[in-house]
Amino acid sequence: MSASETAPAPAWRGRLRRMPWQQLTPLAGLALLLVIGSMLHPAFLSPTNLFNVLTRAAFIGIIAVGGTFVIIGGGIDLSVGSMAAFLSGAMILIMNALHGGTISPLGVVLLGVGIVLGSGLLAGAANGLAITRGRIEPFIVTLGTLGIFRSLVTYLADGGTISLNFALRGVYRPVFYGYFLGIPIPVWVFAVVAVVGAIVLHRTRFGRYVRAIGSNQEVARYAAIRVARVRTLTYVIQGLCVAIAVALYVPRLGSASAGTGILWELEAIAAVIIGGTALKGGSGHVWGTVVGAIMLSLIGNVLNLTTVISEYLNGAVQGLIIIGAVFLQRGRQGR
Amino acid sequence: MLRPFRTLALVALLTLGVAFAQTITIGVSIPAATHGWTGGVNWWAAETAKRLEATYPNLRIIINTAGSAAEQADDLEDLIAIHAIDALVILPFESDPLTEPVASVKDRGVFVTVVDRGLARDGIEDIHVAGNNPGLGRVSAEYMVEALGGQGKIVVLRGIPTVIDNERVAAFMEVIEGTNIEVLDMRYANWNRDDGFVVMQDFLTRFPEIDAVWAQDDDIAIGVIEALAQAGRTEEMFVVGGAGMKEMIKRVMDGDRLVPVNVLYPPAMIATAMEVTALRFVSNVPTLGRYILDSPLITPENAADYYFPESPF
Repeated sequence: MSASETAPAPAWRGRLRRMPWQQLTPLAGLALLLVIGSMLHPAFLSPTNLFNVLTRAAFIGIIAVGGTFVIIGGGIDLSVGSMAAFLSGAMILIMNALHGGTISPLGVVLLGVGIVLGSGLLAGAANGLAITRGRIEPFIVTLGTLGIFRSLVTYLADGGTISLNFALRGVYRPVFYGYFLGIPIPVWVFAVVAVVGAIVLHRTRFGRYVRAIGSNQEVARYAAIRVARVRTLTYVIQGLCVAIAVALYVPRLGSASAGTGILWELEAIAAVIIGGTALKGGSGHVWGTVVGAIMLSLIGNVLNLTTVISEYLNGAVQGLIIIGAVFLQRGRQGR
Repeated sequence: MLRPFRTLALVALLTLGVAFAQTITIGVSIPAATHGWTGGVNWWAAETAKRLEATYPNLRIIINTAGSAAEQADDLEDLIAIHAIDALVILPFESDPLTEPVASVKDRGVFVTVVDRGLARDGIEDIHVAGNNPGLGRVSAEYMVEALGGQGKIVVLRGIPTVIDNERVAAFMEVIEGTNIEVLDMRYANWNRDDGFVVMQDFLTRFPEIDAVWAQDDDIAIGVIEALAQAGRTEEMFVVGGAGMKEMIKRVMDGDRLVPVNVLYPPAMIATAMEVTALRFVSNVPTLGRYILDSPLITPENAADYYFPESPF
């Protein structure tokens, strides 16, 4: 930005030019979808519908906030969908086992949430350590754990469905269906995770290390950054985010099966990339990911609200919008 | 003088016969338990294998589960090469990609039983045990027409775009078309609870007035019911699922207004197929041919006959 330093232009103009316009394209895409949606159906802009969209976006969005760390750090995590299914199944089984003992239902739910958060940290650490200490490509490690977690939940469920005890479901239900200050609780949690994620990534030394490793691992090593530790931590954060999403997901249907969380990994990665993070790592931002996750959820919602497009073509439209959104961002960078 | 000799010869022959009694190996190839219904198939296959092996000591049953059509085709190779199967019971992942692999198994002299969806070419299998997909659609539609008195507004949640789904929906629509029932819209919910929840949420946003939901499948129906509860609209409509998941049968049994009936599409059809195939080898009863299992309407009166609490599905 040497031009703005030398030119005697007023300060606002330099600031205007320094604005990250390319980073704003996801927001423009979001605005466009909102306009299209509101033209298609009068109920689209109703608070109920918008909250539906946001609560759906919360699962993928929270997972994708973790994914932002992993991808900026130059890694990838394919196991998140299976991990979510496994953590859901394990959490339900543990809570069912604890129920009926001396602990009150509320205590069981709190304990369940605590255990799932801890398990998420451990699962993430397992991925991270296999990658850094085991020196195996992240793609391979997480492809492996994708299969492992998916099989484990199928095994736990005996091929069927794991269902939460009804007494516990009553206590736990408000975590998904409840409101706080007129806004659904999952939306609050999503917002808190996003804000904390943004602060850690953009305002701490750890966040700078993650970006440094992602853009050039060797240089980062020479700069005395403990690459293995930082990189492992990105997977731990990812695991924690998956666990938070699970804690919100379980009260929705009160069950988990082998079909839970299928293809969530691709949706989470798509949200990160639509949000402007480079798949090769090094740069990106959490708020872009948030916008990306909301966009994905909005596309599905808009398509469901109209009969203009045949249901056979839902996937094609989704694909076009995703590619288009990323093209608009990257179009100018190539020149 | 001949009689003692003949008896002796008979006894000797019988002894020899028992000593050489050939072990019959039956290979069972089914999709992995990736959702409720296939979970039921896996459970019934395992239970039936136990029962058959206990009843007929010379039967050996090998169960293989596959995650995709390609994997299932590989499994067939293994069943032939490693286990030297005498009979194959297969629930094909998809019809077209598995037609030639199964045909080549048949060419090697293996007895073939096909379950559920048929192969793309006729004349390969010796036995076909099929569910009745058009029947499921028709029975569901007939109930809708009766319960709604021939008029009203309904929404339809479809499965995964496949022949099975098309057959069910086509048969359903055939019955609906002659009535004053309006199908507001159809969307795919992929035989998945989460998708059922999301699609139903959007239907509820879009349509202020809905009289009934055809969810076609019980996994989808569970998501639909949660979405109705969230929107506080459980009183205004009813939901018809399908397949016979135990939780849904239980609701029908208990006289739940929201889930008045269910339509069977039994995962236990794999058990029927295994039993009939075993009979072919342990008895002389005629078994070859085509068996089509009904998709009956499950009502509070007969629900107890279809309730299997120990099954995972």
